[in-house]
Amino acid sequence: MTPSTPPAPAGRESGAVLTESALLTMTGIVKEFPGVRALDGVDLDVRAGEVHCLLGQNGAGKSTLIRVLTGAHQPDAGTIRINGDEVQLNTPTAAIQRGIAAIYQELDLVPGLSVAENIFLGHEPARFGFSRRHEAAARAREILRGLGHGEIPVRREVGSLPAAGQQVVSMARALSRDARLIVMDEPSAVLDPEEVANLFRVIRGLTAQGVAVVYISHRLEEIREIGDRVTVLKDGATVATGLDARETPTKELIRLMTGRSIEYVFPPRAEILTTAPVVLEVTDLSRPGEFAGISFSVRAGEILGFAGLVGSGRSEVLETVYGARKPATGSVRVDGTALRPGWVQSAVKAGVGLAPEERKSQALLLDEAVYKNITVSSMQRFASGGFLNNHAERAAAVQLAESLDVRPPGVDQPVRNLSGGNQQKVVLARWLLRDCRVLLLDEPTRGVDVGARSEIYALVRKLAASGVAIVLVSSEVEEVLGLADRVVVLREGRAVHTGPAQEIDEHQVLDLVMEGSSV
Amino acid sequence: MSEAPSDTTASTQATVAPPTAQRAGGLLSTGAGRNLGLVLALVVLCIVGVATSGDTFATGPNVLTILRAAATIGVVSIGMTFVITGGGIDLSVGAMVALSSVWATTLATQQLATDYHWIFMVSTALLVGGACGLVNGLLIAYGKIVPFIATLAMLAAARGLAEIISDRRTQIVNNRSFVDLFGGSLIGVPTLVWIFVLVAAAGWVVLNRTTFGRRTFAVGGNTEAARLAGIKVQRHTVALYVLAGLCCGIAAVMLMARTTTGSSTHGQLYELDAIAAVVIGGTLLSGGRGTIVGTVFGVLIFTTLNNVFTLNNLSFSAQSVAKGVIIVIAVLLQQRLARRTTSS
Repeated sequence: MTPSTPPAPAGRESGAVLTESALLTMTGIVKEFPGVRALDGVDLDVRAGEVHCLLGQNGAGKSTLIRVLTGAHQPDAGTIRINGDEVQLNTPTAAIQRGIAAIYQELDLVPGLSVAENIFLGHEPARFGFSRRHEAAARAREILRGLGHGEIPVRREVGSLPAAGQQVVSMARALSRDARLIVMDEPSAVLDPEEVANLFRVIRGLTAQGVAVVYISHRLEEIREIGDRVTVLKDGATVATGLDARETPTKELIRLMTGRSIEYVFPPRAEILTTAPVVLEVTDLSRPGEFAGISFSVRAGEILGFAGLVGSGRSEVLETVYGARKPATGSVRVDGTALRPGWVQSAVKAGVGLAPEERKSQALLLDEAVYKNITVSSMQRFASGGFLNNHAERAAAVQLAESLDVRPPGVDQPVRNLSGGNQQKVVLARWLLRDCRVLLLDEPTRGVDVGARSEIYALVRKLAASGVAIVLVSSEVEEVLGLADRVVVLREGRAVHTGPAQEIDEHQVLDLVMEGSSV
Repeated sequence: MSEAPSDTTASTQATVAPPTAQRAGGLLSTGAGRNLGLVLALVVLCIVGVATSGDTFATGPNVLTILRAAATIGVVSIGMTFVITGGGIDLSVGAMVALSSVWATTLATQQLATDYHWIFMVSTALLVGGACGLVNGLLIAYGKIVPFIATLAMLAAARGLAEIISDRRTQIVNNRSFVDLFGGSLIGVPTLVWIFVLVAAAGWVVLNRTTFGRRTFAVGGNTEAARLAGIKVQRHTVALYVLAGLCCGIAAVMLMARTTTGSSTHGQLYELDAIAAVVIGGTLLSGGRGTIVGTVFGVLIFTTLNNVFTLNNLSFSAQSVAKGVIIVIAVLLQQRLARRTTSS
């Protein structure tokens, strides 16, 4: 690690793009995870001094591509060239040494360390093992001033800075590494408009010095403003590259992002009787900073879908309905009875089940047997005087696992051994066993391979047909539209559209969630 | 254990076989296999004992000595197994034993016991242990203090209180019926050992056959998933620490019977011995996986080790070094095992 002077972006005087030669060329990148082909032949070329925008729906493979680029994942096939030389980015350190830095959506700063310490984390200015704190502070100050944020005190704890300040520190860290290519994953998500303007000023300063920026954002208007060229990803593959960021029509971009090559089979909808009783009724639910004024009701046998971007408050709404988060205002009623706000047990008792977004960390006991995972929410049924009747428990689990076709069969293996789709079946089986009234599904097909998806869809539809009220959240618009009876579109914590799923199409939904960019 | 692949084949085949066959197969390939190493370690220790001092080691009285010594710390370790499986740790067990023993041997309690029944001494010890555990649990579950700190505070406070109550003097147990009963033996086996056997058996049943046990694994393995599955995580955490406190109360009774004293110096370093026994037994320090059988073996290994060293006139310090080495080896083996199961 050679400590060198960071490029201090001094302004825009040095002119536009320095060179047209490719700084980075990725060809035919393939990355497979068990059961999922996350990247299936991605091509990307980035020139020095340009802002290259990466566009694609959730799950298109953007995040995986970035992890490959920063050395966090190893590609299974394909080549990466930097300045024409083929390179292996085996570790994050290798990527950093090649001049690749990344600013992630979730900031990777150490909250307990100071601003300067965070900026130089991993390559602290030191002599004989003693850190040179004054030098670090001085250089940190210099970088921050270059970013137009000289006012951030370098000795302040990073955890006490606001989100925008942390973003700046994160960027300063990338600059301190003397990066030639900086990946920014939705950097504007946590910023207000004024700060976004400042971010763009900084980016222009960087590109003027020949630094390349890979910019990821869902906001088309930003791409129009800051971007030079656009690459569109869909289903893990590049569908278009080198598009002009300013001239390409929005309609064209959205068409490229949608229009899936794989068609999912959605089970036919059932007729929802307007006489069916309302099972779940949510009124004026709010949590400051997350969502506000959310009201909806779901009848028995109906599937209500939530569409929206990451950060639009989808999952938060669901978790609040379930009581895992406490609402500031509003009420949740199941069969007419109000639930105690912020109290999971009250929801579970009333017959509400949740299949959470992060299956592994929020739902499953990975090292426990399949049958124990299925029965964990209904243990009382198999217990007398606190003693579990293992036979009855296993028998019930075996029956469910067989009817859901959990593979490989056998309820005694740890859940860890199952694929994503089968793990999801286990979670669904848990709530089936409880005879739920309401089932909340958060990203039910995340990490589930194509084959297992239609099984999950059929299962969800079957559940609805049995009279369960279902609320579905998914970042895949097609899934929401195909599976749900009615759709609520969320944008920045507010419902901007509610209506039957058949009366709206994918383009309209994308328009709604990216509103402001479509004109 | 190299049975990782055979394990999966066993369970897939077993789905066609009746459930009983499957369970037997599962038990063989996991439970017994996991404990095989511990049995082996114990056997090696016994061989060393017989080889170095066969005439004294392999005698009935010496075996009873080992078991008697194992009994007290064993009961504490059973409670510790629950806490650690549930994702916590309890550093205050030794101090809770001391406080329970002191409180149960104060003049007032002993007077009550002499006038009415020895049960007053026993229930005092259990109440004190349980109450300390309750405080631990409440601080951790509702006060959101990390277990390490909360029980560290209890360690200091409980032993301090024991010193205040006893005025740092050793209190003699003068209730004959108490000493006769708990210090005596039944069918040739000391009552203390019977108590340990009972506590261990009850612990095994509770951990493996009840909803309480299942919830313990769930809370320790994935707290968030347990909460979202509708388990009362906070209440369960409190219960785990109360259980550990109760076990300390039982251990205090046993220690009072063995030494016929109550003292603020009882139970020194029990926390270390108990944690070490639990960990080498195969319970994961990070929670979610726990074994009572393993803990019993862990305790037996440590006490046998002490015995062999003492018979060979090796110093207490040498014993400590050996213990340290054993702990490190056990944890290294455990990690390798854990990695293998994860990768499969």
